[in-house]
Amino acid sequence: MATVEMSFTPLPVHVRTARLVATAVARRSGVEEALLDEVRLAVGEACSRAVEAHQAQCPGEPVRVALTGTNGRFEVVVTDAAVPAEDGEGGAVTEAAGWSPVGNGVANGDSSPSGPGSLPAQGLGLAVIAGLADDVQFSRTPAGLSIRMSWPSGGNAG
Amino acid sequence: MDLKLGHHTRDGIEVVDVEGEIDVYTAPRLRELLIELVNNGHYQLVVNMEKVEFLDSTGLGVLVGGLKRVRAHDGSLDLVCTQERILKIFRITGLTKVFGIHDTVDEAITARKSEK
Repeated sequence: MATVEMSFTPLPVHVRTARLVATAVARRSGVEEALLDEVRLAVGEACSRAVEAHQAQCPGEPVRVALTGTNGRFEVVVTDAAVPAEDGEGGAVTEAAGWSPVGNGVANGDSSPSGPGSLPAQGLGLAVIAGLADDVQFSRTPAGLSIRMSWPSGGNAG
Repeated sequence: MDLKLGHHTRDGIEVVDVEGEIDVYTAPRLRELLIELVNNGHYQLVVNMEKVEFLDSTGLGVLVGGLKRVRAHDGSLDLVCTQERILKIFRITGLTKVFGIHDTVDEAITARKSEK
């Protein structure tokens, strides 16, 4: 069971709220202060990506975030309900999952996903997540994309 | 406060002061300002990010877009930032190689002037 679960209307204005909640739960879970900025940024990126995907495909569906602090790890799972476009984010997800963030082609847009509703910024966001989170897993299902990120924590807030 | 924007001219260079958080919600305002400045003929820009509390990839995209716009007019867009938590996202994405990043507005202006 997640420590905290939240869902929010896929609007950009709510991404900040998700960042603030995630940071608060991370702090309570015992994540080191030095890592909290990384948590905040990575969660923000994942939620921003989900919001943009929902706005393009399912604006009436909420973005879901599950925050869990247990067994020495703080885990965040951001799940969207957007089905990818044919040539959409699959490439960006694949690249980001195994990406070495330093010196990659992001600045040149080489890794930008193509397809309707896909923006260069989405590939950049996934690359940022991959560079920030201690452990990242992207799971593509017919129902949408789930991004699981985790960091070491010192306590159990579950 | 989400995002506060201001700008002024110094030595012929337009300095954009940004305060607050640049994210998917607030970044469009910065984008609009940069577009407006370029449309008004300001092609030498310095974006002062010393009071920026948060910057994500959406914000990076806006800055890259601004850089492309000014470069189309042989202009420049330099950044002022000493905050490690902001510089980190530039490093992760490799954009430290793309932008001139300076410690102060004075340094950014001097560096730009010396290239002319």
